[in-house]
Amino acid sequence: MADAPNIPDEAETRARWGAFAWTAENAEKAKAVIARYPAGRQRSAVMPLLDLAQRQVGAETQTQGWLPVPVIEYVAAALDMPFIRAYEVATFYTMYNLVPVGRYHVQVCGTTPCLLRGSDDVMAACKNRGMVKGKTTPDGLFTLTEVECMGTCTNAPMVQINDDNYEDLDYDSTVRILDALAAGELPKAGTQLANRHTSEPDGGPTTLKEMVSSNHDYRKEW
Amino acid sequence: MPKVTVDGVELDVPQGATVLQACELAGKEIPRFCYHERLSIAGNCRMCLVEVAPGPPKPQASCALPTAEGQVIKTDSPMVKKAREGVMEFLLINHPLDCPICDQGGECDLQDQSVAYGRGATRYDENKRAVTEKYMGPIVKTVMTRCIQCTRCVRFAEEVAGVEDVGAIYRGENMQITSYLERAVGSELSGNIVDLCPVGALTSKPYAFEARPWELTKTLGIDMMDAVGTNVRIDARGRQVLRVLPRVNDDVNEEWANDKTRHHVDGLVRRRLDQPYVRVNGTLQPASWAEAFAAIKAVGAGSSVAAIAGDLADCETMFAAKSLVNALGGALLEGRQTGLDYDVTSLSAVNFNTGIAEAENADVILLVGTNLRWEAPLINTRIRKAVWKKGAKVFAIGPETDLTYKAEWLGDDASLVTKLPTAVLDALKGAERPMLIFGGGALSVPGVHGAGLALAKSVNAVKDGWNGYNVVHFSAARMGSLMLGYGLPGGIKDVIAAKPKLAFFLGADEVDFAALPDTFKVYVGHHGDKGAHAADVILPAAAWTEKDFTTVNTEGRVQRSEKAVFAPGDAREDWSIFRALADALGVSLGFDSFAQCRAAMIAAVPALGVEGLADYGWTVPKLPAKPEARAIPSPIKDFYLTNAICRASPTMQRCSEELVHGVDFAEAAE
Repeated sequence: MADAPNIPDEAETRARWGAFAWTAENAEKAKAVIARYPAGRQRSAVMPLLDLAQRQVGAETQTQGWLPVPVIEYVAAALDMPFIRAYEVATFYTMYNLVPVGRYHVQVCGTTPCLLRGSDDVMAACKNRGMVKGKTTPDGLFTLTEVECMGTCTNAPMVQINDDNYEDLDYDSTVRILDALAAGELPKAGTQLANRHTSEPDGGPTTLKEMVSSNHDYRKEW
Repeated sequence: MPKVTVDGVELDVPQGATVLQACELAGKEIPRFCYHERLSIAGNCRMCLVEVAPGPPKPQASCALPTAEGQVIKTDSPMVKKAREGVMEFLLINHPLDCPICDQGGECDLQDQSVAYGRGATRYDENKRAVTEKYMGPIVKTVMTRCIQCTRCVRFAEEVAGVEDVGAIYRGENMQITSYLERAVGSELSGNIVDLCPVGALTSKPYAFEARPWELTKTLGIDMMDAVGTNVRIDARGRQVLRVLPRVNDDVNEEWANDKTRHHVDGLVRRRLDQPYVRVNGTLQPASWAEAFAAIKAVGAGSSVAAIAGDLADCETMFAAKSLVNALGGALLEGRQTGLDYDVTSLSAVNFNTGIAEAENADVILLVGTNLRWEAPLINTRIRKAVWKKGAKVFAIGPETDLTYKAEWLGDDASLVTKLPTAVLDALKGAERPMLIFGGGALSVPGVHGAGLALAKSVNAVKDGWNGYNVVHFSAARMGSLMLGYGLPGGIKDVIAAKPKLAFFLGADEVDFAALPDTFKVYVGHHGDKGAHAADVILPAAAWTEKDFTTVNTEGRVQRSEKAVFAPGDAREDWSIFRALADALGVSLGFDSFAQCRAAMIAAVPALGVEGLADYGWTVPKLPAKPEARAIPSPIKDFYLTNAICRASPTMQRCSEELVHGVDFAEAAE
């Protein structure tokens, strides 16, 4: 079922966000972004500006931010483009939120590699904290979304929370991260395995072992 | 000129042609949904796949592939057949099987093409996707589950209508076509997306569930709602006109029609005058034709007779009325009901000389006192094309409005015509194909007409092969009436000053009737509107769909329209009313049939006998050229309610309320 956009009540949104305008700092940033594109092609800046607007809304509401209709219109007007064109962009990309989200936007990847590596446990950890897919918790802290591949398959399963990725998760580490966030701390981003740094093979290399310390010509062995 | 081979036939195609166009030149039919000649190429339906060598060993979307020298194109190979079947099967996966209750049935591209190119059965037995309903305004009914996302409507709204209200939101499985926040599409051309839609997703709201296409009698007509002279097809069932659709005529309307042209037809069966009326003791009483004629005879007007043509009057009607007035010894003929009195000694000075189709080649355009979007929407699309595709510059004088393209507004003072800023003058002088367009509002200000002609001379707008001086009329009758001599030096003021004893109003509703208190008013028309209210005798006549007629559009194009249905009740075709009245008044008009009437008209004005552009030459009358310094008024207050038929039409009333006055119907529609 392709539903009509489930955007919040228009009149209320307009009353709250109708007077949206860049903060002095963001106005500068917006100008810099627009300046990246040739004159007359300012519409190309729509994506960074929508992101900037979403962040400003987030800062004002102490959440991850979202894009109320008047804010989309503000950005469209700033770029001299029809509202519908900016609206199309905002609906196309899932990183633009069309409904308010909580302070932490928990985006659990459920695509095949993560699924095979245990994203169900990650999802269960979230659900056990009272999160419901597509909803914000009553305390306004967490919004849970299941997303498609975030390109971190070597470190599956993963979850993206706000601007950080948390990788190599299991049930316990997910609970720990969520607890830390709820307590107002900022847990270590990236892989959660003690002996892993980034996306290198866990437990040492299994192929091209001779290449670890020096260059090795494999061609003779083919 | 690349040489390509299509199914074994070698042919030369124009440089830049697409493979699809090459196939069409070779006489091959290529199925398509998203491709449309008058819109940009999208290439997203994949129905037009053909096999092309050299190239990758897979089918190619022919609509988006340019031809190249030596290409070998196959449209009938097994690969193409299989590809088409595959695409069709995918398209039908999410398309509901509701053809029996779909208004597009019988004229549906998807239906036709699935019969011609589909597999015949589906292998899909999952649930189909459904899409929630959208609201698109009073003209367009939506059933979005049927949408195959060809995006023709989106491209039309953006490229032709210039109203960027329609878009595709979300993506993939969830992609859906919608107007912005489901508001009504604010375009006077929104009806065209109904025609463009290859499936039943967008259908006509006023025409919903009215008829099947095969039940309709199709008659070729010319629209009388504005002076563009849109070529239309009148679809009627029995005695009722159910819809009006545009025909293709690249010189006039391409293949578009505005919403008024399409949807005024429900006004044709409402508030009709279907029998004569005579005013007795201040009230209009039904009467017989004989009684009505007797009442007119009793006036004893002698030669003190006038005829005033309304906006919907056709040439034969005006000629018949003129013949009667002349036969009675009168000469008061006027068509400009609202009091315009511009000079009509030279028709070329009040004509759209550049031509509608040529307008899209202009490079600098000055609009004076015209809201083209309302006065002639299909000329506005041409100007938009000039701006959008070729980068023309537009300057405008008059009340500021949104014309759907960028125009530089200079102010609304009429005297600006003689005091143009140097930048504008330089732009016009430097232009290769400059265009000056004067609207009815501009001509209502004394002096603008002469100043405009002087401006055309000073910026060299009229040169070899290019006449850039244009007047855009709003009334469909205007050029015809002027050719037939309906035009007094002082306009309708001359009629008022002459105090005629008897006046015929040919569907003229906008006249200031109070200014003619001592005149016996005979209203010859088809709708009970302002004119009928003021009349002393009403003679019921035929509306434009109910008679054969000749009409001349604003560029002087003579066109003929045919009769689709009969007039209701006792109403008669206009020429026969004047013929019968002539007998009652004891004079002779010199014709006894419609054919004789038309022949006599052509004998009097030979140009009306040749379909196509009438040649007015180029003569410039000597006119005062000092415009009064005052704001140019806008002649149209409400696009949807400009004549008696529209005012009787519930659809047009609804459009007016919603799109002009901003009443919100979106909720009520659910």
